[in-house]
Amino acid sequence: MAKYILRRLSFLALTLILTSLLVFAVTQFVPGDVARIVLGREAGEEALEAFREKFGLNDPLPVQYLRWLGNFVTGDWGESISTRSDIYPIVMERLRNSLQLAAITLIISVPLATLLGVIAGLNENRLADNLISVASLSVVGLPEFVTGLILIEVFSRRLNLLPANSSVRQGTPFMDALPMLILPAITATLVLLAYIARLTRAGVVEELKKPYVRTAVLKGLPYRTVIVKHVLRNALLPTITIIAISFGWLISGLIVIENVFNYPGLGRLLVFAIDRRDLPLMQAVTMVTVLGFALANLAADLLYAYLNPRIRLD
Amino acid sequence: MTTEISQETILSRTSWLKRLTNGLRILYASPATAVGTTIFILFVLMALFGPMLAPYGFNEQIYTDARQPPSPTHWFGTDNLGRDVFSRVVLGARDILRLSGLGTILAVISGTTFGLVSGYWGGLFDEILMRIFDSLLAMPALLLALLLLGTLGPSENSVLVVILIVYTPIVARVVRSVVLSVKTRAFVEAARLQGESLGRILFREILPSVLPALTVEAALRFSYAIFLVASLGFLGVGVQPPNPNWGLMVSEARQNVSQLPWALYFPAGAIAVVVIGVNLMADGLKRILQAGD
Repeated sequence: MAKYILRRLSFLALTLILTSLLVFAVTQFVPGDVARIVLGREAGEEALEAFREKFGLNDPLPVQYLRWLGNFVTGDWGESISTRSDIYPIVMERLRNSLQLAAITLIISVPLATLLGVIAGLNENRLADNLISVASLSVVGLPEFVTGLILIEVFSRRLNLLPANSSVRQGTPFMDALPMLILPAITATLVLLAYIARLTRAGVVEELKKPYVRTAVLKGLPYRTVIVKHVLRNALLPTITIIAISFGWLISGLIVIENVFNYPGLGRLLVFAIDRRDLPLMQAVTMVTVLGFALANLAADLLYAYLNPRIRLD
Repeated sequence: MTTEISQETILSRTSWLKRLTNGLRILYASPATAVGTTIFILFVLMALFGPMLAPYGFNEQIYTDARQPPSPTHWFGTDNLGRDVFSRVVLGARDILRLSGLGTILAVISGTTFGLVSGYWGGLFDEILMRIFDSLLAMPALLLALLLLGTLGPSENSVLVVILIVYTPIVARVVRSVVLSVKTRAFVEAARLQGESLGRILFREILPSVLPALTVEAALRFSYAIFLVASLGFLGVGVQPPNPNWGLMVSEARQNVSQLPWALYFPAGAIAVVVIGVNLMADGLKRILQAGD
């Protein structure tokens, strides 16, 4: 296991270095002069030169990259161009909010989706399966903002049950913020639900076809025991991987959902940064998100390897 | 049995018209796929003939008719600037299908080329390219799209570049995996020994084996591209006003949703219908083409 962890960690490091190179490289393609964009049209040549000197824009690219990466690793994320404030505390606060929303979403969606997937899989091609499949196929296709707006229309404007605006202020106690978190979390749940349920269903269907299931049934085990003790144990193991794969969907989904509900998370901060062409802020938000994504994947991989010894060997 | 015939009818070298009708006949065999295909065809017709169908221009402001609910003159009502929502929804079909369609075609072409070359050559080139693609795929798609748009600035061309860069690695991986399984087969070996050129081996010998998987992937990418273009429009970082992009229309209509809800319902409904339609079609294609594997 130790060897496996070590290999996975070095793989993670490689991915992160490549991604940081990518983030840095992409942001080099800003059309025009960064100093000019920041200081505006009226800035004189000396001011531009002073700006370039101050932020090291005259250095060769590899030097700039290493300095940027070094600063990022040590927590010096610089100053936002648009708000003139330190980036690190803003990003950390938004990160906490996003994680809170992601956690609630996972707590609702994972058990529910697994249950639906198992029900559909055990009733392959019967009514329950068809209902779940059609419902998930239509939900999975809808962009998050359409789903979110439908929920706002029903639960907030028609039924007046939950707030449509989730702009939680900093320092709001969790219980007070909770009602504002419900609609965004349900929207994100719908995105994940269909996805996880479909893959879980496929896993159960495939497992049921294996010879050991027939053996278990033929040797006289009650159907319930066969399902609970044998089939589900094997079929649900890959669910961990499925959930890990869906983290990417969750992150993309949350970026849109936070903007639908005005929820102060990383996704809204990113769109804010893009609107204002705030490159340092964009870089920081992207790096933090990618780091979170990679760590979540790592955690899922390690958990899977822990539960399934066969993986560790290859 | 039936799947074998259907694969052959799609891929055999008959005239394109015959192939098209054959393809359609197969797509219309299952009800869900038939619904999806019909929706898709209707939207394509809307995109082609939109300017003839729309009674008004996409940015034509009829001040005297502003903020009207749906009526016989304005089927979908008007928005706060007096623009006919029906005309904007109809004309928006061309915008969203052109951007996502063109973007998908570009990504499929570049992904196929990279996948073919990388899979066939192998070695260091393959290794480096795959690591670059890995790092692109280590980012959630929308995050990468936003990073690119934030750098390039919002415009139609940027959206095309975004679709190209986000989907090239995915297509390339699918193509590469097929190439790896085919390249050691006898017919490729024979072509190589005959001294055929690299281009001929890749595109005449190997590409036909890649086509079924590639078709499925292209259809999936297309449905995600529609999704992406609409989402970027909604976030306000893609195409800019007064473009009749449905996502953008939804985000503009949100400000007045309590007084003018129809300005939001119709574009949102259009997105929902087209995305579900293309999804059903892609799902059907996948079942038809992958059944033969």
